[in-house]
Amino acid sequence: MEWINLIIGFFIANVLGYGGGPASIPLMYREIVTNHAWTTPMEFSNILALGNALPGPIATKIAAFIGYDVGGWLGLIVALAATIVPSAVALIVLLKVLQKHRQSPIVKGMTLLVQPVIAIMMLLLTWQMAQSSVESIGIIQSLIIAAVAFWAMQFRKIHPAIVIVIAFAYGGLVIPHLHVL
Amino acid sequence: MAGKMMNNRYMQLSWAMMKTGIIGYGGGPSVIPLIRYEAVTHYKWMEDEEFGEILALANALPGPIATKIAAYLGYREKGTFGAIVSVLAHIIPSGIAMILLLTTVQFLSSAAFIQGMIGAVTPVIAVMLGMMAYEFGERAVKGLGKYVGFGFFAIAFALLQGVHIHPAIVILLFLCYGAFHLRTVAALQRRKQQKQQRSVQKKEGVTRGMD
Repeated sequence: MEWINLIIGFFIANVLGYGGGPASIPLMYREIVTNHAWTTPMEFSNILALGNALPGPIATKIAAFIGYDVGGWLGLIVALAATIVPSAVALIVLLKVLQKHRQSPIVKGMTLLVQPVIAIMMLLLTWQMAQSSVESIGIIQSLIIAAVAFWAMQFRKIHPAIVIVIAFAYGGLVIPHLHVL
Repeated sequence: MAGKMMNNRYMQLSWAMMKTGIIGYGGGPSVIPLIRYEAVTHYKWMEDEEFGEILALANALPGPIATKIAAYLGYREKGTFGAIVSVLAHIIPSGIAMILLLTTVQFLSSAAFIQGMIGAVTPVIAVMLGMMAYEFGERAVKGLGKYVGFGFFAIAFALLQGVHIHPAIVILLFLCYGAFHLRTVAALQRRKQQKQQRSVQKKEGVTRGMD
């Protein structure tokens, strides 16, 4: 019966995520890690890292993997459908019926008011990730890697995928020989 | 022969959506310009204005953005079946790549180098999430103003972290208020203006009286 949880979980996470796939990440974390314990926080960070290193929409990649991991191919189809179908159908219906309400202050106000909630949820998730990072590789390495990553992405405008690949390379080649783990 | 094949709308849809799904790094929003190129410039399914309208509405709806647009374009060209083809072409390549990669990683998860890789990438992900949090926060402050924006941050934080209310409920609360937000702001501004006008009139009346 796990696939019913997959449907409900991915439906809730995506139908509340205003602002595209990235806005759904903290909501998916909530369903996947906190509510159903389908993966650990560390593994979620890993999924997010690989998901960001690969091309394509992020929400569907996460749904595909978790769905497959939890319920095989049926789980994959179910999780993907719950992610995509409701919003896709809503857009088709809305475009057919409500084309003139695009400028509606109600719709605009609703989109606007979701932003602060998502920002805070992202912030809380950042804190959790930082904690699990410190637990796994210690505070000094975490801070150095975080600082370098921030500098690379924010000031050098290096693509996140490249930063992730470099972090993977460092972690695979250097960390095992440091005897910190 | 190949040219004839590409005249088929299904072929066009699948090819365009598969390309954009593979090239588009960085999640849904970054892929929008690529989809626009295919739909407007390359295949000329629609004018730029119509694409803009679709994008505006898609942004106002919840859920992943790229799949919403892919579904609508497919639907517009070929109905329900077109929508299905178009979405599947967009997500299957990256979905399968993700499963293969992660299964390999899980299989090797006890190896020291995989442990190191996972450890090293966690702070990067924390930074990325932090940057995203900042972007969402920036958008909120831009749209709501500094004081109102920070007020709502505080309320959201209190509800999520202090009282531990389910995020779904917090978002629904904010959505409900959001439906009235712009109207409330407009009404407040109107009242302010009326007050100002009245005080100006009063002053004018006073000075006139002094004459």
